[in-house]
Amino acid sequence: MAKEGRYEPPKQSAFGQIFDSLFLLVLVSLSLFVPLWLGLAGGGKTELTFPEKTWQGMGQNDVTAAAFEKLGFTPETAHGIIASRFDYSFDPLTAIITALVITAYFIFVFRFSDKEYRDVIRERFGDK
Amino acid sequence: MTQAQATASHGEKVSLLRVLGPGHVWALGVGIVLVGEYMGWNFAVGKGGAVAALIACWFAGLLYTCVAMIDSEVTSTVAAAGGQYAQAKHIVGPLLAFNVGLFLVMAYTMLEAANAITLGYLVQAVGGMAGFEGGHDKPFIVLTIMFLAWLNYRGVYATLTFNLVITAIAFIAILVLFMAVTAAKVVPLNHAGLIHGETLPYGWMGVLAAMHFGLWYYLGIEGTTQAAEEVRSPARALPLGTMTGIITLLIAATMTWYICVGLMPWEYLGQATTPLFDAARLTSSVPLMVLLFIGTMFATLASANGCINDASRAWFSMGRDHYLPEWFGAVHPKYRTPFRSIIFLVPVALMFALGAPLDQVITFSILSGLLEYTVMSFNMIMFRNKWPLDTIKRGYVHPMHPLPAIVLLVLCGVTYFAVFLGYGTQLMAMMVFYIVASAWFHFHRYQFVRRGAQFTMNWPRPRGY
Repeated sequence: MAKEGRYEPPKQSAFGQIFDSLFLLVLVSLSLFVPLWLGLAGGGKTELTFPEKTWQGMGQNDVTAAAFEKLGFTPETAHGIIASRFDYSFDPLTAIITALVITAYFIFVFRFSDKEYRDVIRERFGDK
Repeated sequence: MTQAQATASHGEKVSLLRVLGPGHVWALGVGIVLVGEYMGWNFAVGKGGAVAALIACWFAGLLYTCVAMIDSEVTSTVAAAGGQYAQAKHIVGPLLAFNVGLFLVMAYTMLEAANAITLGYLVQAVGGMAGFEGGHDKPFIVLTIMFLAWLNYRGVYATLTFNLVITAIAFIAILVLFMAVTAAKVVPLNHAGLIHGETLPYGWMGVLAAMHFGLWYYLGIEGTTQAAEEVRSPARALPLGTMTGIITLLIAATMTWYICVGLMPWEYLGQATTPLFDAARLTSSVPLMVLLFIGTMFATLASANGCINDASRAWFSMGRDHYLPEWFGAVHPKYRTPFRSIIFLVPVALMFALGAPLDQVITFSILSGLLEYTVMSFNMIMFRNKWPLDTIKRGYVHPMHPLPAIVLLVLCGVTYFAVFLGYGTQLMAMMVFYIVASAWFHFHRYQFVRRGAQFTMNWPRPRGY
């Protein structure tokens, strides 16, 4: 192993260690809770409308109606479950921006990792 | 790797203890994941319908088979605590390794929180059925996380032996239910009647969307590698434990789908919190209900237990390398566990379990896993390029390279889109988090890291460097 040019890292203070730990903790919390606080979290949903709240009126057959009843539901209480549907309409521009952000992230991480990795290999194995 | 890496603690060299066999590796992987059969997978039914969920189950199974193949080869060669983190450090570089470490910690800690939420819900619901109305789930959530953290603090052998037993019971519970409804026919299954003509209610877009929660059937199987420094024979035990684990999960996932779709209307199943327990209720058999209640409890406990084990190993490994404050890199002098990392992650898990809804917590866990799998495909190709097969000895060589890596990358791309459908904001929030964390690491934290000391494997110089 090459000993010349070896990088000697500074010793981090206790305060610095606490600060770094808290920084990551705050960052994790923000990424989870900010979408919740802004009301932007969760799947886009829509509701089907039925002519009447009966098993037949909500498109159920004898088998599903019996299963719902065995689970303790009535047509009235099962209505919310049966009517709920996901809404998969989306803005193509938002999809493209999201794809670009993910791609940019990976390019950034792999490029800077490679730069750091070359230093690791040079120090571990010496100059070529 | 022949010796566990030593870690300074209280002025002494203390290492993790090598006591685990292939059974423990299986239990660690399946134990984390089996809960996915007991809850969460069925949200895929909600996103695309029953048939879409089955297609997603198999495609996700294919994704995880690729993960297990890649993981088995790399791990049988880079057997170090931290698993994929240690692999990325040796194969790609420090910044990516830091990111992979965070993926692992986030995925496992949030999965642990999701388990605690489910366990709290189940106890509250069954308490209500038994006449104890008005009970709160929060004390059970706190109790679960604290008890399992204590168990992990006390030692890995007891922890994973405990997991081996309760995982086996939870798996047997699914088998018994399957046999009861198929062979003993305690209740008739009626798949066609319950799907009632809505084979694909959202069309093929629903199949794509279902991939989001399709990952939940298997998420965490890659955790087998986290205990690499505590396994007696890593080159044999890790591939064996991982591959038998993925086979177990594929069987369990298909059986679970078959039972539940044959007993419940898809609209209900897509929103149920404890679908297998509900399936047992529909048999009207009290012994089956008790068995599936116990199975659900044990599956959530085993998963949370494995998650604490894995998240703390990843956090510990980063602390040991100074990617995080070195204080986290200590091993307990008596119990030989990464005790400070275990303790630090307790309030993080509690914060998620007590402060966020279940689907959000699950989605964040899935997203972190997805980022990790994307990295794995690049990692594998770089591993073979930098060290071709004739340069270093592998414990296991996976076949058909680079096909698994390419299939994995394509399926990851599909799953990003599936998450985007309905959960795009969380996806962006997560990406912003990892971008900011990466900038923080590269421009600030990396100054405290020794360069050459990060490469600990006894390998030749990588090609091209």
